[in-house]
Amino acid sequence: MIDGLNGIRRSAVPAFARNPVTQIDYSAFDTPGRGRGLLDVFEYRYLLRLLIGKSTALRYRNSVLGWFWSYVRPTVQFLVYYIVIGEILQVHKNVPAFPLYLFSGLVLVNLFNETLGAATQSIVSNRALVRKIYLPRELFPLAAIIGAFTHFLPQLAVLIIVSLLFGWLPSFAAVGLVLLGMLLVLLFVTGLGLFFAAVNVRFRDASNTVDIIRTIATWSVPVLYTWAMVYHRTENFRWLFHVWLSNPLAVAVEMFHHAFWGALPVVNAASPVPDNLGWPPQFEWHVVASVGVILVTLFAGQFVFRRAERTFAQDL
Amino acid sequence: MSTRNATEAQPRIIVEHVSKWFNKRSARSLKDAFIGVVKRQSTRSRQFQALNDISFQIGEGESVAIMGLNGSGKSTTLKLVSGVLEPDEGRVFTRGRVAGLIEVGAGFHPDLTGRENVFLNAAILGMTEKETKERYDEIVEFSGIGDFIEQEVKHYSSGMFMRLAFSVAIHVELDVLLVDEVLSVGDAPFRAKCEAKLRELADQGVTMMIVSHSKNIVKNLCSRGVVIRKGNVVFDGPIDDAFAELERG
Repeated sequence: MIDGLNGIRRSAVPAFARNPVTQIDYSAFDTPGRGRGLLDVFEYRYLLRLLIGKSTALRYRNSVLGWFWSYVRPTVQFLVYYIVIGEILQVHKNVPAFPLYLFSGLVLVNLFNETLGAATQSIVSNRALVRKIYLPRELFPLAAIIGAFTHFLPQLAVLIIVSLLFGWLPSFAAVGLVLLGMLLVLLFVTGLGLFFAAVNVRFRDASNTVDIIRTIATWSVPVLYTWAMVYHRTENFRWLFHVWLSNPLAVAVEMFHHAFWGALPVVNAASPVPDNLGWPPQFEWHVVASVGVILVTLFAGQFVFRRAERTFAQDL
Repeated sequence: MSTRNATEAQPRIIVEHVSKWFNKRSARSLKDAFIGVVKRQSTRSRQFQALNDISFQIGEGESVAIMGLNGSGKSTTLKLVSGVLEPDEGRVFTRGRVAGLIEVGAGFHPDLTGRENVFLNAAILGMTEKETKERYDEIVEFSGIGDFIEQEVKHYSSGMFMRLAFSVAIHVELDVLLVDEVLSVGDAPFRAKCEAKLRELADQGVTMMIVSHSKNIVKNLCSRGVVIRKGNVVFDGPIDDAFAELERG
């Protein structure tokens, strides 16, 4: 079947050198270093769990306040934005219960920023392992994303408590929107994270690019302003509004606004009714478009990751 | 060892016409990459060849030493078999569960305790939770770490660290074991223990591919040697002749 398999120069090899097997059933063999991408991660659930556990266990080791930091950071961030945007720039005049409006969007932007940053660094910071042992490399970005996600949960808990204080009543619709919003963000970040984690191995420029993306992410979604403001400003360029709202992060933020802020009795009873209380026009198409964006990102991310993965060990 | 039937049995490792190049200087930034493209430097001119069309097979239950001077391509060969690197030309195949004693301790984290590291590393080397629990006592026992197992690894002496890492790696259930220069860990009694353990695994029919400069270990474990010189296989045969070939330079 494979003649000349014995590639050793014959002259240099004594006659007794082992004759290679020439009848080989290749189906019984694996090619080392080839995986099935993200699908492989399911087979490595146990290791994934340990890697996530490691990152959460280590994050606040040797820090006095520990997990308290997971609450402090978003709280300070919230206060800064609230004072500047709400009080100084007076956005809160048009938006009743502005603190909750701000906070319910901000936690989701934080989720996006934290997970994307962690995923981008994941391969480089696990370089010792990547260079020495073969594992499905998708494990590292995924473990980083889930690990960062665990730090979003305290923020979500704070959001829920604050909402209850504002008179929020949980509903099935709200729970559904929250889950859907988180799912959109996490899938979007998985695609982006795979891409940037792979690029970051060869070009450390990637982490700087991601820093810029995170700044843009914070300001490009309706967290510090409302979609209605953008709608009015784009009267003559309606397509721009639609492009803007095809961003999965913006769609997810609107879902969070609806689930928390939009369900408050104070907001619904306000007169005049805030013009961003309803869904943006043609929102169903924005959802469809953002799912499309997510799918494209996931496929592109996985594709680039797999292409780059082959040289991870030598590029690190 | 079942070397006699090597022609009938399916091999465990097949390396077929494999070549590998490395970049002499890799483009570290987008600017460098761009300049490289603009100047049209040919890729090969910026690379050196680590392996040149090497082929060999390792049969079921065989123990083979990969020999050569520093920089000859031994470790690269091992990394290709483990899947960490991919060949630029040619193909590599393995059959069964492959694990490596390659730089043991790569997955160890200094801030985790010995116990946590054992579980994490066993999983990294492909063990399930159940297997690790079953072998946990054996692993700790073999390492001789004792009560220190509940302490953070950063407080270990380097010898203790290596002993624990080695102990985890050697208790992984596997068909093919790749060994790279790790047999120098620990003190003399521990080294003897490791050699005995490797001997035991070889007798159980585990296929081994060993890279080591230690003549004793290689002679003790392997009956066959493959000598690599500047990326070429120059000899493949009985271990004694392989040493003769190696010393001839």
